[in-house]
Amino acid sequence: VSDQKPLGCWSVKHGQIITCPVVCNFETHEYIAVHDDKVLRIWKNKDINLDKVFKATLSADVYRIHSLPNGGPVVLFKGGVVRTLDVLLEAPQQEIENIISDEVIKWSEAFMEGQQPVLIFATEKDGDFFVYVQKLKMNSLHKYKLEQQELSKPLSFTAYIKNQIITLLCLYSNDSVYEVLIPLQQNSEEEEQVLSKSLLLKLSVSGSVLKGTSFVVLDKDHIAILGSLAAPGEESKECLTIWNTKFQTLQTSKELPLGTSGQLWCYEEKFFFTHGKVLTVMMYKCETSSLAAAVGKLKDSQTPDVSSFVNWNTLADEELVVSFQSQQSVALKSESRMTLRSKRNTVAQVQPDTLSVGQILLNLKDASTTVFENELRQLMAKAQMPDFQASIGCVITALVKRCKTNPKYYPQNFLLHIVETRDLSYSLCPDLMAVALEKKDVYLLQVCLERFPDIPEEITYACLKVFLSVSEAYLQRTDVNLESIICYIDVEFNNKEVKTEIVENGFNAELEHDIRDTKITKETHPTADGELCPVGPQKAALLNAVLQSTYSEAFLLPHLKNLPAQQAVVFLRYLYYLYVKCSEKINTTLPGTRCPTISQIMDWMCLLLDAHFTVIVMLPEAKELLSNLHKFVRAQVRFYSELNKIEGSLQELQRRNHQKDSQTYSIEVLELI
Amino acid sequence: MGEFEVHRVRFFGLVPAGVRCLAYQRNGARLALARTDGAVEIYNFAANYFQEKVIPGNEARSVEALCWGAGDRLFGAGLGGEITEYDLSRLCVAHSVDGGGGPIWTMAANSSGTQLAIGCEDGSIKLFEVVPGGIQFERNMDRRQGRILCLSWHPSDTYIAAGSIDAIHVFNVSSGQTVQGIMVSYHMQKVKRKCIVWSIAVLSSGTVVTSDSFGRVQFWDWEQGTLQESHTVSTSAVLSLSVSEKEDSIIVGTSTGATYQFQLLPVKTGSLEKRWVRTKPFQHHTHDVRAVVHSSTALISGGLDAQLVIRPLMEKVQKKGYDAALRKFTFPHRRLVCCARKARLLLFQFSQHLELWRLGSTDKTGKDGEVLPLCRMPEHLVQLKSKGPEHIYCSCVSPCGSWVAYSTASRFHLYQVQYKGNSISVKKVPKVPKLVLPAYQLQFSADSGSLFIASAQGSVHVLQLLEPGGCKHLHTFWPPSGCPEAVYLLAVSADGHWLAAVGGDWAIHVYNLKCFKHHCTVPTYNCAVTALAIHPVTNNLVIAYSDQQLFEFSIPEKQYTAWSRMVQNSGLHKVWLERDSPITHITFNPKNPSHILLHDMYMFCILDKSLPLPDNSALLMNQSTLKQLPETARQWQLHAFKICKKFQPLLFADLLDENSLVMVERPIMDFKTQLPLPIQQKKFGT
Repeated sequence: VSDQKPLGCWSVKHGQIITCPVVCNFETHEYIAVHDDKVLRIWKNKDINLDKVFKATLSADVYRIHSLPNGGPVVLFKGGVVRTLDVLLEAPQQEIENIISDEVIKWSEAFMEGQQPVLIFATEKDGDFFVYVQKLKMNSLHKYKLEQQELSKPLSFTAYIKNQIITLLCLYSNDSVYEVLIPLQQNSEEEEQVLSKSLLLKLSVSGSVLKGTSFVVLDKDHIAILGSLAAPGEESKECLTIWNTKFQTLQTSKELPLGTSGQLWCYEEKFFFTHGKVLTVMMYKCETSSLAAAVGKLKDSQTPDVSSFVNWNTLADEELVVSFQSQQSVALKSESRMTLRSKRNTVAQVQPDTLSVGQILLNLKDASTTVFENELRQLMAKAQMPDFQASIGCVITALVKRCKTNPKYYPQNFLLHIVETRDLSYSLCPDLMAVALEKKDVYLLQVCLERFPDIPEEITYACLKVFLSVSEAYLQRTDVNLESIICYIDVEFNNKEVKTEIVENGFNAELEHDIRDTKITKETHPTADGELCPVGPQKAALLNAVLQSTYSEAFLLPHLKNLPAQQAVVFLRYLYYLYVKCSEKINTTLPGTRCPTISQIMDWMCLLLDAHFTVIVMLPEAKELLSNLHKFVRAQVRFYSELNKIEGSLQELQRRNHQKDSQTYSIEVLELI
Repeated sequence: MGEFEVHRVRFFGLVPAGVRCLAYQRNGARLALARTDGAVEIYNFAANYFQEKVIPGNEARSVEALCWGAGDRLFGAGLGGEITEYDLSRLCVAHSVDGGGGPIWTMAANSSGTQLAIGCEDGSIKLFEVVPGGIQFERNMDRRQGRILCLSWHPSDTYIAAGSIDAIHVFNVSSGQTVQGIMVSYHMQKVKRKCIVWSIAVLSSGTVVTSDSFGRVQFWDWEQGTLQESHTVSTSAVLSLSVSEKEDSIIVGTSTGATYQFQLLPVKTGSLEKRWVRTKPFQHHTHDVRAVVHSSTALISGGLDAQLVIRPLMEKVQKKGYDAALRKFTFPHRRLVCCARKARLLLFQFSQHLELWRLGSTDKTGKDGEVLPLCRMPEHLVQLKSKGPEHIYCSCVSPCGSWVAYSTASRFHLYQVQYKGNSISVKKVPKVPKLVLPAYQLQFSADSGSLFIASAQGSVHVLQLLEPGGCKHLHTFWPPSGCPEAVYLLAVSADGHWLAAVGGDWAIHVYNLKCFKHHCTVPTYNCAVTALAIHPVTNNLVIAYSDQQLFEFSIPEKQYTAWSRMVQNSGLHKVWLERDSPITHITFNPKNPSHILLHDMYMFCILDKSLPLPDNSALLMNQSTLKQLPETARQWQLHAFKICKKFQPLLFADLLDENSLVMVERPIMDFKTQLPLPIQQKKFGT
């Protein structure tokens, strides 16, 4: 899509009726329309008058034409016969038999399965519903009967194909969505198998029921339904809803007060539907379905919002339907009678600013690097865009795609700027960190670790590994945010033992006694003690970012086991250093901002030891470290057990004190106005 | 409007007893609760969770288990070894039967309520049949070693599962034989420790759910005797569990005060395989949660911290209303304090003794919020100890302070207190008339000349007090159409002309004291009366109901007053109606006839009838806003409800004279420190 103005408008003669949605043949860039059931029209963009274009009159009524990418258009006749357009055009008057007798086709859909077009359509006869699956190349047709449902019948269908199985979703009049699985590999040739269906979703939410009219599948866990939401005792409201089928929740809904035609299309993460007299395009983004998202606890969850629309009224004052041509066809509902090419200019003027992000990105696909970045910056400047999060996701994806295709291209500053200024999440731009890892862009990784709430453990581990493997010399030349370590590691003189001023001595005499043996070891082995930071400040800051990222132990542990032993020891040494640093203060926190907490440090230490214990025990250089760690932890445990005792005694004192509280009686003045 | 000198009293050392067990009446929406001191309380969920009835405890009668049998009969059993049936209209023990197996630890009724099974100290399980007028021993189950701590019927009534120490057993009800024995053990570092099965439930699928002293909730297949699932929810014991009627949800209570909900959920969406998943944790209690109940819409838990917590399940509640609010009950819904206005005395009622205090005084005045210096400290005058194991039902002190009366289940005492300088003498009035006891409420007349005793079957006795130290029975009022329920609230008019009495059927009868005749009945209203009082000037009866409605009924005219009709027409403020604690006391200011003083647990309110009622858009608690406004601007903001929330939890408030009030508070922390220490949880270290 290059622009939102209509690219063209064609009309049939007065008295002729377009009887099926116009489609576009992707291979030849031709449009195909059918009028008066039998007359095929094929034309190209440059043709102006529909009367003068190619015309073929067929011998039977056409139900629909389906256009498939990589496969030619397929024509479905009302009699249930399917022909490819090529075959038909060779002999337009060839005889088309009727194979479904007096059943009426209700819905059809075409897919590509491998190289093979598959057409599925549903028919109705006397309240019974049948499903036909036609494989064109094999010329096989299977007929299934849809399991009967008492008191309700299907209103709308949609289907998708995955792993050789067609999943047919039916919206029933009892406000439920049922799922029917149709295997594509059908060996038995027996007639009329009955398809059983299973309930996927009940369209009711806290008492109100959604009367769906049409729906589309968004991904494996989400479907969008257009319909009217009726709560008891209230007027029903038309709205567009997205449901999570995994958790049976209503993800989001948008009210459409002006009413709709009841039709909904969805292409490339955009909804198309009529809203009043306006065709509305709405972007949506479905994040990976998670419980958190289902119950609305996820940060920054993306909700769809109106991004752009075509104003119906500016096109013509008469009732007409524009074929808003995207890469695929949009159905036409009623006849259009006049050519609107003369009005195209006005239309273009009316909509100067409504380019959607997706369209801009498509436009920029082949632009030069500088133009590309400039455009994107401009796009970002329009901060008040309603669907900003989703757009940023698209921008990042576009950037990353470009980085992948062009190995020399890597806009580090630009990416950093986006990540730092916007609330992004990993799932919004999953490739970003992969690219950064590849480029060893530690700064970007650090920022991502600090900001993304949902980094998978695998990526966290990959970051850790990169951070540990990068040489100190390289890091010294690199820009890294040192905020988290600045207060406890002296950046300038980190080779000398420096005590920072902020550290308080919170130990009591008893503890001093306890850790005396630790101190003695420190003196004898100055290199192995915890006072000196075992890694450079940059590396420490990077490791801190890893420590503070969220993770789940069970998922991290398998990856952590792959960490080379030497790196594990370095990391452990650093953790030990942090732990000692933490324990210096009575409130067991590190000075400064964005520092890891003691429990984060302890958790990582335990994890690391769990993952590498057998190896670390064997390493001579780790022996010293382990024994120090052991002694220090033991001292801490003793210290805390003493603290617990003191807490108990203090509590008892407080309790006794409270009983003697003398404030059991007072005379106070109260004014009531 | 006015300044008050508030005597803020915090020396009422009431320690509510912990909740020991709960029994939910599935159809009638009543909850029976037993406390560790043996008291039994009935909460009426339909009447906005009002504590409708209280049967005071008895030292000799502990209650370990309660259950509803044969519809609406309530049975209790305890370590005294007896099964007791309670008379819920007379609020006393109807009769009791010895269980014959030593102390009873548990009792459960079958699904139809026709049979009771008890678990005894000697390891026996005995079945009793509920018959009209009592219960009858039916048979013994196989006797096992070790006390039976919990038991549960299979919903089909054919099996009973029982938990004891280290084992659970399943019995066939008709044959009495053990059909399965499962050892529940816990091994830790090769040391075997005793495992106490605290609670048990049998699901209709045959799954047995147990909770034990190692913090585990376990699901057993009783036919195979195998463990299906085990969830460790706590490091300390899981003491109680309850299964929802649909058997898709379980609530458990632990000794750390936490409760957890388990739900039976499909493994995947659409999958038929379901598993029990621990879903919601709640920490409403600070001490052991000894009893839990899973009603259809709420999780109900009771703890040794004396709290009853009703936590609605939001997914089961259809709309915002009374049922959607979290409720916590710690203190009773009735008065335990009585005030002698003229003598400035307070009488505190404890479970087995009374305390009489004289309030202090001050000679200074001050501005709003100031604490005034005391010129006389409050004085603890007398402590009256009730003899015997019975707990006190009710007590009262006369306005002049010279008479104190109280009643237990079987005895009624009247004392004359004489003050001579600094010395006080308490004289028991001999030869009190023999009355049908217990008395449920006592009330002296305003001139301290007579005493009204609320009694069973709707009757009210009138005693005339005579100097020196005597009394005589004058009259007994009976409701004209009879009433099986006892009278639980009394109100007498200041001129000594009228007496209003409310019985357990919530009908309010007004009697004429001059000619000892029934005067009229207030039109019935379908909710429990929580407080009522007669206005000293107009003789209007002000009534507060448990759904927070207020009515004013003119006794001379025998009809609701115009103001009351106006209130009903315009409706009370939404925030007022959404309060969750009932009005427990109403009083008046004789100098300001348009004022009604009322209070509940969390607020004190002066209702000024001369001001307009607030509509829902107005701020109900507007005192702090008003104080910030200049005098002239206040006029437009004034409304009838003047609410003060400074004193909490408020057990009692009364007017001493036209500008001094007494407020009796019982801060939660004060009595929490008197409870046994909860399980210590570490704060330091990892």
